[in-house]
Amino acid sequence: MNGHASLNRRCFLTASGTATLSAAAFGLIAGVPRLAAAQSGSMGRDVDILNVALGLEHEAINAYQLGAQSGLLQKPVLDVAVLFQSHHKGHRDALIATIEKLGARPVAEKVLAEYARALNAGSLKNQSDVLDLAARLELGAANAYLGVIPAFKDANLAKVAARLAADETMHWTALAGALGRHLPGGALTFGA
Amino acid sequence: MAGDAERGRVLYESRCIACHSIDHDRIGPRHRGLIGRKAGAAAGFEYSGALRASSTVWSAKTLDVWLADPERLIPGQRMNYSVPQAADRADLIAYLMRAATPKGFIQHL
Repeated sequence: MNGHASLNRRCFLTASGTATLSAAAFGLIAGVPRLAAAQSGSMGRDVDILNVALGLEHEAINAYQLGAQSGLLQKPVLDVAVLFQSHHKGHRDALIATIEKLGARPVAEKVLAEYARALNAGSLKNQSDVLDLAARLELGAANAYLGVIPAFKDANLAKVAARLAADETMHWTALAGALGRHLPGGALTFGA
Repeated sequence: MAGDAERGRVLYESRCIACHSIDHDRIGPRHRGLIGRKAGAAAGFEYSGALRASSTVWSAKTLDVWLADPERLIPGQRMNYSVPQAADRADLIAYLMRAATPKGFIQHL
């Protein structure tokens, strides 16, 4: 098997269910300090990281929206894309709640056309192109979240980043399987 | 340290692609024309005040310091993502030197 293992496509194709956004959001921010505590400490850098993360989530939501609207995704792939988009909406809601709890202003979402331009959505010609874009963004997001964990002052927020990274890694794994790609041959490939 | 631009391309695709691209502003600014550009100066991108106020000019040397510890080079920056391994930084910088040249610029070898 030369160091790799093929992922069964059913892992992607049979995913189903709906996200419980509010529960996820409340669970994620449970350990985050309240506004007064946040303002008394040096939480500004943590808020900046959270706002960058929120920007990532806005983009991911819009990337899946572009894919869903493209007409290039067929069921059941389309259903999974919508499910993953709902996860990103859950991330967005949790991040907004956390940033506001810390007394800061969440970064705003751009219009869909701006994301389409930045992601070169006009170049997407078939389902594989859409899945490839999604996989690239999910891998990048997983590594980005893992990469900023050491920068957080607050351990609870570092845990938030780790949980977000876990979701993105799950998405990447399913997308890689749907694209017929191999799993990483070595250990510790994420966040390196 | 001379970097491997091809390995740098792979690293860029896995580590930088969440926020950056060569030609488009996304969560972070575009990298086209990065080398020789002043920090915080890509037209149209909304930088932090720290980047706008910095006098740093991007070169292989300043990028190496930035990627090792962005907050150390420019306190108050918003990237907060670092590349701890010197070899990885060298490869990323080699890729950026190759890929992010201004459009129409012919690199002399």
